Amino acid sequence: MLLLECPCCGVTAEETEFHGGGEAHVKRAGPSSEDAAFETYLFHRENPKGVHFERWRHVTGCGKWFMAARDTATLEVFGTYSAQTLAPPEDLLKQIRDKRPGFKWRDVQ
Amino acid sequence: MSSRLAKGGRKIDRSQKVSFTFNGRQMSGYAGDTLASALLANDQMLVGRSFKYHRPRGIVASGAEEPNALVGLGEGGRFEPNQRATTTELFDGLSATSQNHWPSLEFDVGAINSKLSRFFPAGFYYKTFMGPRAFWKHVYEPIIRKSAGLGKAPTEKDADTYEHLYAFADVLVIGGGIAGLTAAVAAGRAGARVLLMEQTAHWGGRAPVDGGDVDGAPVAAHIDALVGELSGMANVTMRLRCMGAGVYDHGYVLGYERLTDHAPQSGVPRHRLWRIRAAQVVTATGAIERPLAFAGNDIPGVMLAAAVRDYIVDLGVSPGDRVAIVTNNDDAYRTAFAVKDAGLEVPIILDARSAGGGDLAIRAREMGIRVEHNRAVAHVSGGKRVTGVAICAQAGGGAVIEEIACDAVAMSGGWSPVVHLWSHCGGKLVWDDTKAMFRPDGSRAPTSHDGKPFVTCAGSANGALSLSEVLDDARSAGHSAVQAAGYDPVEQAAPSVEDVAEIPLAPVWVMPAGATEKLRSKSWLDYQNDVKVSDIQLAAQEGFESVEHAKRYTTLGMATDQGKLSNINGLAVLSNALNEAIPQVGTTTFRPPYTPISLGSIAGGARDAAFQPLRRTPLHAWHEEHGVKWEPVGHWRRPYCYLQAGESAHDAVIREVNGTRNRVGLLDASTLGKLIVKGPDAGKFLDLLYTNMMSTLKPGRCRYGLMCDENGFLMDDGVVARIDENTFLCHTTTGGADRIQAHMEEWLQTEWWDLKAHVVNVTEQYAQIGVVGPQARQLLEVLGTPGIDAETLPFMTWVDRTVAGIPARLYRISFSGELSYELAVPAGQGMALWQSLVEAGRAFDAVTYGTEALHVMRAEKGFIMIGDETDGTVIPQDLNLDWAISKKKEDFLGKRGQLRSHLADPNRWKLVGLETVDGSVIEDGAYVLADGQNDKDQRNMQGRITSTYYSPTLGRGIAMGLLKGGMTRMGDIVQVTRISGNAVAAKVVDPVFYDKAGDKQNV
Repeated sequence: MLLLECPCCGVTAEETEFHGGGEAHVKRAGPSSEDAAFETYLFHRENPKGVHFERWRHVTGCGKWFMAARDTATLEVFGTYSAQTLAPPEDLLKQIRDKRPGFKWRDVQ
Repeated sequence: MSSRLAKGGRKIDRSQKVSFTFNGRQMSGYAGDTLASALLANDQMLVGRSFKYHRPRGIVASGAEEPNALVGLGEGGRFEPNQRATTTELFDGLSATSQNHWPSLEFDVGAINSKLSRFFPAGFYYKTFMGPRAFWKHVYEPIIRKSAGLGKAPTEKDADTYEHLYAFADVLVIGGGIAGLTAAVAAGRAGARVLLMEQTAHWGGRAPVDGGDVDGAPVAAHIDALVGELSGMANVTMRLRCMGAGVYDHGYVLGYERLTDHAPQSGVPRHRLWRIRAAQVVTATGAIERPLAFAGNDIPGVMLAAAVRDYIVDLGVSPGDRVAIVTNNDDAYRTAFAVKDAGLEVPIILDARSAGGGDLAIRAREMGIRVEHNRAVAHVSGGKRVTGVAICAQAGGGAVIEEIACDAVAMSGGWSPVVHLWSHCGGKLVWDDTKAMFRPDGSRAPTSHDGKPFVTCAGSANGALSLSEVLDDARSAGHSAVQAAGYDPVEQAAPSVEDVAEIPLAPVWVMPAGATEKLRSKSWLDYQNDVKVSDIQLAAQEGFESVEHAKRYTTLGMATDQGKLSNINGLAVLSNALNEAIPQVGTTTFRPPYTPISLGSIAGGARDAAFQPLRRTPLHAWHEEHGVKWEPVGHWRRPYCYLQAGESAHDAVIREVNGTRNRVGLLDASTLGKLIVKGPDAGKFLDLLYTNMMSTLKPGRCRYGLMCDENGFLMDDGVVARIDENTFLCHTTTGGADRIQAHMEEWLQTEWWDLKAHVVNVTEQYAQIGVVGPQARQLLEVLGTPGIDAETLPFMTWVDRTVAGIPARLYRISFSGELSYELAVPAGQGMALWQSLVEAGRAFDAVTYGTEALHVMRAEKGFIMIGDETDGTVIPQDLNLDWAISKKKEDFLGKRGQLRSHLADPNRWKLVGLETVDGSVIEDGAYVLADGQNDKDQRNMQGRITSTYYSPTLGRGIAMGLLKGGMTRMGDIVQVTRISGNAVAAKVVDPVFYDKAGDKQNV
């Protein structure tokens, strides 16, 4: 059972306080999008063995959504950050690069 | 025979006799006995039957690894099957029964399977129960079910209670043997918060049995000193009878404490499940001795060598008077000494190694014991009890050299570290060729949230076998764990230990090395599931080469003991059959729990009323006092109907519908979701969430709205009221309140965080009461409610008014088709308002009505219900709700999804009304038949029923359903399925069965 830190309220808590929300930074394809773009938005997801960026909600705590960078194989949590961002913060990426040289996630490196 | 020894047994108290029963027979033992030792003391070596062949089974081990001695314990509400006799502490009045036999343990008809064993090889079930397909359900399934499982499931509700406990530790030490104690002292001295748990009732593990001196004193004295020091440390918590069950992600560990199994009593929890977060975990879980695979190694009386000396030294019982010993290592010689010290005979020690043993072997010879090298057991004689062993050369094919009479055989194939807890969370193993064992690979430990290792192994769990090795390893494990937890280790002087020099073991996986097929088919690997050497070889031959496949094909290690004795021997046999090295074949996966834990402990206190919270509306108590029949709706209880004396639920629903349609009805609508959305952008936000336009709604007005997900599927509906320029109140379905609030928060926080709006769930802050029916207005006027006439408060508006002296918000909305007001008041005033309405309602002969009458009336009116007409694959257009989908809005959730070709397909099943030709009520979940069959030989369908009721208003069955072609099929007669067989004819009609023009609700 994972331990996660909610970046909004600062609480470090057990996984049961949180609810996973799938992949982070999925760009919404709106009403005028082409079929292919809409399909990608609705259905296509990363499935890495390694570094992954994902959404969580502190559902039985402050109720806020946030993002987490986590290794899906070792379950190491590199960090959590605000949900109101379009890409992972640079300081977190630097830390991940140090630990997992050459990692790639979508076009994030 | 097995018997109680005249003296000895450091764990038993001979002054305290304990009586118990086994299969109804009265027996006695001493306090401190395990059930296994007490059975042996009563010469009860035969304790059960094996799973497949019903072979006689005796006690093999002395601890948690026992595969055979499984019994049913207790009676009635305290009965539990498959309990290991070796880990069951004896108490006065214990009752045990053996398993898997009929009619009796001694004479078992199923034992015929053993004679037929060559017809039951590995994969027997897969090969036999294949065809014909028609046999699957009625012939094969009953046979397989009957032969599945050893013990019988309890039939009564568990009479005991259980609890969970949350704990935190810097260093958790699992295992209270000499290694665990040493590691705990090392961690405790550094000041860390230490939790130490031991699965048995005693500290010290097996060191006192194996012997040796520490600092010039017997090891038992050293153990006492360690326990004494730990007991004096305020930062150390020690728990006996508490097993480390599983190690999980990020330092989460489950401990399983058996509080009263050894002394059953009421009022105290039986088991306690420890839910632990530990920064560091030290597993000092010891090692398990391996059996040797020779013919007849399953005959009662063949035991692990270390277990034999445990019974003699710890418990004062001997499994036999003449104990033959067979080994591939030096350690088993210690068993010979224990047997001799107890005054019993050791007719022979068979050492499979060609050069024999070391100092211990010399000592054995000095004691006058016959020791033979390069010798093996060709086969064991006996049926329900060992009568002798036939001896052969280990190097040969099994030609018998000599037969020796004995009544017990002590075997040792070397030791396997208990690596289970290390492996649960990803710790890797390495094959140690010298010791012929898989041991933890310290460089590939399980890692935690920070990517750093959090498990360390100590002592024989780490592959250390001699006393000095164990102590050194445990001390350094304690130091490194406490350091990793952020404390400075305190240097300790190493105690002085003199080890006996031992010669390394020689791996022996099959005995003798060239055993014939006949011998191999009687050489057991897995005692409980009846897997033999020949089965593994057959699996390899048939292509099940992966260890995971061979395991499943043969069921090796799949019994309740999870292969604690059999797995390593089995995979060694497999690797030989495949001609591959053992590490290349690898192990199967170690999964928690280490030994089975009770379901009660997992449930803890979550049973009966405490299983889940019950949500009560403010009017709950009134319903309860007025004949309510409850309907569970999520965690809520809602009145289904109110039963009057002598009335059936069906009659009550009819009375409630008629009373409401003709006069006035009262409904507790408090469970309806109520979400306030507030802020300058609230209207813009709701335009994105609902399919229709909400921003144009004027304050004081209400509008019915639909919510879809991005796929386009309808997820919830409800009436939205605009309270003021910046504030909306969104009603959701009862089940939707929390879900829709979460849905709103998700979009607001993760996509449209630029919008200035907040969502607050006020569902429980209000009681909401429906006043419904042609006389609703009169009833409210009687209670002094001003200004609620059709002009002042028209349909789909709301207003704040005082009703019966209570300030209330009145919504003129209707889910029944009648003149209807929904009154919202603060929850605390709900009951007062309800009682006033009921009181004043008497003059109108008002009824209170429940969810079923509500459903009937909404169906008569053709209103959809989320969860009935929708199932997550239905779009609003399927339900003829196109009018509620904005064409003007650029964007809303689901707009793009609904444009997809499959959802825009004109052939989708669409909402219609259905009336049976004979007036009967269509069955729930029925389908509308079409001609022909599909490619799976199933009847084609053209639609399905979504709602079906008896309509008191129309005096006949009515239904709604989704039908190919939808409303273009008006007037068609279709065939609707019935469970009983014959279809029923139904006519396609308008789904609005009642007051199509809406005259009744709009007055």
